[in-house]
Amino acid sequence: MKDKITSNPGPGLQRRKRVEFVFRALMLTSSLVVSLSLILILVSIIWKSLPALKLSMITRTPGSGYYLGKEGGILNAIIGSLQLTLGATLIALLIALPAVIYLNTYLRSKSFLAEAIRFALDVLWGIPSIVYGAFGFLVMLFFHLRASLLAGMITVALVELPILSRVMDETIRLVPAELKETAFSLGANRWQTTTRVVLRQVFPGLVTAVLIALGRGLGDAASVLFTAGYTDRLTTSLLQPVATLPLAIFFQLNSPFPEVQQRAYASAAVLTLLILLISLITRSLSRKLSRHKIY
Amino acid sequence: MEKIRSSKIKKEKFQRLVGAAFSLFPLFLAANIFFILLLKAFPLLTFKSLPSLIFSSAWQPVKGQFGLWPFILGTFWVTITAFALAVPVSILTSIYIAEYAPDQLKKILVPVIDLLAGLPSVIYGMWGVLLIVPLVGKYLAPLFDTYSSGYSILAAGIVLAVMILPTIINVSVEVLNSVPMALKEAALSLGATRFEVVRYVVLKKALPGIVAACVLGLSRAFGETIAVLMVVGNVPEIPRSLFSPAYPLPALLANNYGEMMSIPGYESALNLAAFLLLLIVLSFNLLARWYLTKLNRRTG
Repeated sequence: MKDKITSNPGPGLQRRKRVEFVFRALMLTSSLVVSLSLILILVSIIWKSLPALKLSMITRTPGSGYYLGKEGGILNAIIGSLQLTLGATLIALLIALPAVIYLNTYLRSKSFLAEAIRFALDVLWGIPSIVYGAFGFLVMLFFHLRASLLAGMITVALVELPILSRVMDETIRLVPAELKETAFSLGANRWQTTTRVVLRQVFPGLVTAVLIALGRGLGDAASVLFTAGYTDRLTTSLLQPVATLPLAIFFQLNSPFPEVQQRAYASAAVLTLLILLISLITRSLSRKLSRHKIY
Repeated sequence: MEKIRSSKIKKEKFQRLVGAAFSLFPLFLAANIFFILLLKAFPLLTFKSLPSLIFSSAWQPVKGQFGLWPFILGTFWVTITAFALAVPVSILTSIYIAEYAPDQLKKILVPVIDLLAGLPSVIYGMWGVLLIVPLVGKYLAPLFDTYSSGYSILAAGIVLAVMILPTIINVSVEVLNSVPMALKEAALSLGATRFEVVRYVVLKKALPGIVAACVLGLSRAFGETIAVLMVVGNVPEIPRSLFSPAYPLPALLANNYGEMMSIPGYESALNLAAFLLLLIVLSFNLLARWYLTKLNRRTG
């Protein structure tokens, strides 16, 4: 019997080994395709942006004749994007944080209301950002607002809200019940338990959630297309239109002038750099902050 | 003491009320988006029947003709192309990450996928214009003996495929990781090769979840706007082949939504388009999520 196993391990072993080899090759190719797409995207954008990448791109606003290829930069879009996204994330956080705390403090996880709220958040997450843009535009008209920083901020906040809430919710749900029970046994009420024990425990997760939402808001173009407008100047009031990086890229790319198109590439490089920066910070932060976790 | 306790209780009650109000906001918002779009689409439906709007291919807003069929078909074809390209690659990659890849390789692949997920759609669109559109127009179309400007369903499909890869891969890997180790070990101990373990044990267990992951990717593809808009050509005709341009619903909205006020019925038609898009995306999305939650409950 033993002899049989070593000399003839089974019918068709050669064939089975070949199938294994082919499958492995297919999987490796797929992984390579995925990695190559990222490399191609990054390399083509950096390569194309090099000729236009000057310091004045990020330190100046568009001068006169900028869209004909003359002097200027995209400082308006960089600052505008930051204003818009930070504002939007703040609004989204102000809604999401109390909601998530309530969801995890006062509702039982299987209760009808909790399920309904999570379902609504999933629904909202699934809605494409162009539909948020349309909805934001209708709301804007209803309140007689014009395309402005405020309207853009509100629309982007709506896009970010489900992402922020769901990611925070998932982190908070992972907190072990023992931790809460310990706090209860020391006489803390639910609110104190959540704010002083649970939230402290999941703080890194919350920061990660905020950064994910921030990155999403920064890159979203479809939702600000009708709501934020566009301007060549810096925005100083909530009711003025605001320039955003994705739209700056979009508009400049549609220009017939090659110099302006090149600036679109450079703007894309700036946006990509910002996004990479955020995701790098997210990674290192969540690693650093989770050092002091108890479990 | 009594006084302190009662104020504490009052405070707690207040916090509870505020929390409840905030947590109901998502429900309120979702309902609002749904009904406002429907309400705004309604005026057109009072003098045109819904089937005549959906299945007509005449799009001439100035003449009051609002046939949405070319746009629906455009959305459909672009999404199906992207789906067909993305699914095999992402399933193979996720199996590789979950079952085969050594840790060093995983440490490279996972951030790569995270980065792909984080890139803004306008960047994908620009990449499409720079690389994919010329590729389709100059190299792929002559291969099939047709002419194409490059701005086509195929180009949009390729760009969109790369965009939905991370969604499908992330969810699939999670599903694959939830297959119990003991099952795999049992199969291995019976002399199965690793491929056989994947084929007969892991996939058997994980297939429903992977299907759900794909449907989730599909629903993302339906709604993608800017990247598709930049490479798809935007011609409101019924597309004839993969190499012809199309005009998907999100692109229609993006190009026309802001300036629709002057022509009667136009506003309604665009809101109807937005509502249809919402309906299509949500039905796929919710189907996938419902299924994934059901699976989760069974395994965990």
